[in-house]
Amino acid sequence: MKYVDEYRDREAARNFARAIARITTRPWAIMEVCGGQTHSIVKFGIDELLPKEITLLHGPGCPVCVTPLELIDKATQIAARPEVIFCSFGDMLRVPGSSIDLFSVKAKSGDVRIVYSPTDALKIAQENPGKQVVFFAVGFETTAPANAMAVYQAKAQGLRNFSVLVSHVLVPPAIEAILSAPDNRTQGFLAAGHVCTVMGYEEYIPLAQKYHVPIVVTGFEPLDILQGIYMCVRQLEEGRAEVENQYLRAVRRKGNVPAQELVTKVFCVVPRKWRGVGEIPQSGLGLRHEYAEFDAEQRFGVAAYTAEEDSECISGEVLRGVKKPHECSAFGNRCTPEHPLGATMVSNEGACAAYYRYRRFEQRVAAATKSES
Amino acid sequence: MAKPFTISCPMPINPSEVVTLAHGGGGRLMHQLLENFVIPAFRNEMLEARHDGAVLQVAETRLAFTTDSYVVSPLFFPGGDIGTLAVNGTVNDLAMCGARPLAISTAFIIEEGLPFDALKRVVESIRVSAEQAGVKVVTGDTKVVDRGKGDGLFVNTAGIGVIKHKSAIAPASVKAGDAVLLSGDVGRHGVAIMAVREGLEFESTIQTDCAPLTAPVQAMLEAGIEVHCLRDLTRGGLATALIEIAESSRLHINIEEEAISVEENVRGACEILGLDPLYLANEGRFVAIVSGKDAERALAILKGHEVSSRASRIGVVAEAPASLVTLESCIGTRRILDMHSGEQLPRIC
Repeated sequence: MKYVDEYRDREAARNFARAIARITTRPWAIMEVCGGQTHSIVKFGIDELLPKEITLLHGPGCPVCVTPLELIDKATQIAARPEVIFCSFGDMLRVPGSSIDLFSVKAKSGDVRIVYSPTDALKIAQENPGKQVVFFAVGFETTAPANAMAVYQAKAQGLRNFSVLVSHVLVPPAIEAILSAPDNRTQGFLAAGHVCTVMGYEEYIPLAQKYHVPIVVTGFEPLDILQGIYMCVRQLEEGRAEVENQYLRAVRRKGNVPAQELVTKVFCVVPRKWRGVGEIPQSGLGLRHEYAEFDAEQRFGVAAYTAEEDSECISGEVLRGVKKPHECSAFGNRCTPEHPLGATMVSNEGACAAYYRYRRFEQRVAAATKSES
Repeated sequence: MAKPFTISCPMPINPSEVVTLAHGGGGRLMHQLLENFVIPAFRNEMLEARHDGAVLQVAETRLAFTTDSYVVSPLFFPGGDIGTLAVNGTVNDLAMCGARPLAISTAFIIEEGLPFDALKRVVESIRVSAEQAGVKVVTGDTKVVDRGKGDGLFVNTAGIGVIKHKSAIAPASVKAGDAVLLSGDVGRHGVAIMAVREGLEFESTIQTDCAPLTAPVQAMLEAGIEVHCLRDLTRGGLATALIEIAESSRLHINIEEEAISVEENVRGACEILGLDPLYLANEGRFVAIVSGKDAERALAILKGHEVSSRASRIGVVAEAPASLVTLESCIGTRRILDMHSGEQLPRIC
């Protein structure tokens, strides 16, 4: 298949791996920011091809994983109301809140629907004037334009029965939070290709300069990721700290300007809580005052609700690349995709879930070898 | 940044108090439901075999017996409808026992308000599919429920078939060194249903692969192929079927991604939606685990039947690591295939 097969070519992948090994002279820790990249790395076993000096750290870029507990609780509270049709992307349904997930709300007679686009939710609102339709607007900069468009159109059409529960987060503040933490291990970043398709990459230049860290905008196919790692290692070895673009076929320097304008029209930058990390200033998007009437938190009176996040789960450290999933004592026993202790075990893009799905093989082989010897 | 962030994550474990849709997805949660609530109540050796159907000894004859319910929405989709599924699903469960299907029952649960035209189309599909599969519909039942208490039409079928061969076709018969054969491309039924249900449009219409599988299976058995295990790939897809076999047999199955055929439009849909074709539902595909020495001959027989003309050898059975399925990826690395919790969920971005 075009645009897929050529980026999954076995020989080309080996060539890139050899090229990376050739230029690597000492250990480097590189973080892929986006959950989609984490998923690819683990699914295709890309890190198995790398020299042992290169450590890949899995970053905070899984929207499902970083959505805070209290927002899941607000979602389940709203979705349980009899007058509400609650629309969400599929993978949010399984994320447990304090006591219940959206799947269980649906099983207990809540009208919860999976949609593929926020405009589908808008259509449901048009078709059900007697119901309140709420869309769970989750994600990074990638999903923000479509979500902004839904709210923009709702206002233009005077739709009174549509609102959004917003949990938008931004990548650059998360990178800054990681770099400024005292226990930071990350020396270079693979920036999220699709986020940059929307936003461009100029906003990463001050970060690269301030923290003297290379940032390579990278795609999602195996060869994209290998090339991104190659470019990042080359910068590290040469002592450079620049923003480079590996994902040339999708990303332009300034990004998608009309999409950015729409996002700015509907949303403004606000502080956001990140699950497992805590509040990061100026790290998310909220509805502008002009669009406040579409804020589901206000409409359903849940704005003031808060929930404490506290347990043995180390997903905060996983999300910041300080620890690997299998370094957690609960991994694979008390914490599994069926019974997740933390959000990183829930989503396919979550680092713990990815390790659980694809990597127990190695751990079981290792355990078996140990018991035999 | 001035403020270091506090590290706390978390989520409590909260097992559901009620049945959720994910319990019906053919994944780990459904297995838990069966293990915790169903199998303990009826414990017997036939149920313990956890096969698609039960094998009963009646006087001198071995009979295969199975049942299945069909709740697909929408009722009609490209390449088939609930009627074709109801016949072929049960016929294929019998075929996977190595049985030649004899007869099936058909029970309808109809929601008040279903147009007669829809019922007529489904009944006609059942007639045609039964004829193609060589079974008779010999008994049945009809119930009508209040509007809003059914999804148009639910169908249940049960079937019996005769087993002529002497072999035990079950995960317990699988041995190290066996070959894993796949009867054709995977994922079409799952994508066809999702496309219609969600109003997704692709360049070409993706049709279900729904078809009876008796002929290629019987041909292998009649040719004396040493068939150790058969599994049709329904909910949960190829990956789940292989994981079930690996777990029941306590053996290791390794498959090669490049040997597994997925049609280009199905792959495209999967890439867009973030789905894995190895976990998508099929209604006319099966895996056959046969003795390594018979693999080439079995493959030739499968290729001689239209329904399995694109059969391929996708992997091999080994002793260890036990109970695991691994996949060699297109770039030559290896990962495990794990059973999903419930149905696959489309990703956010």
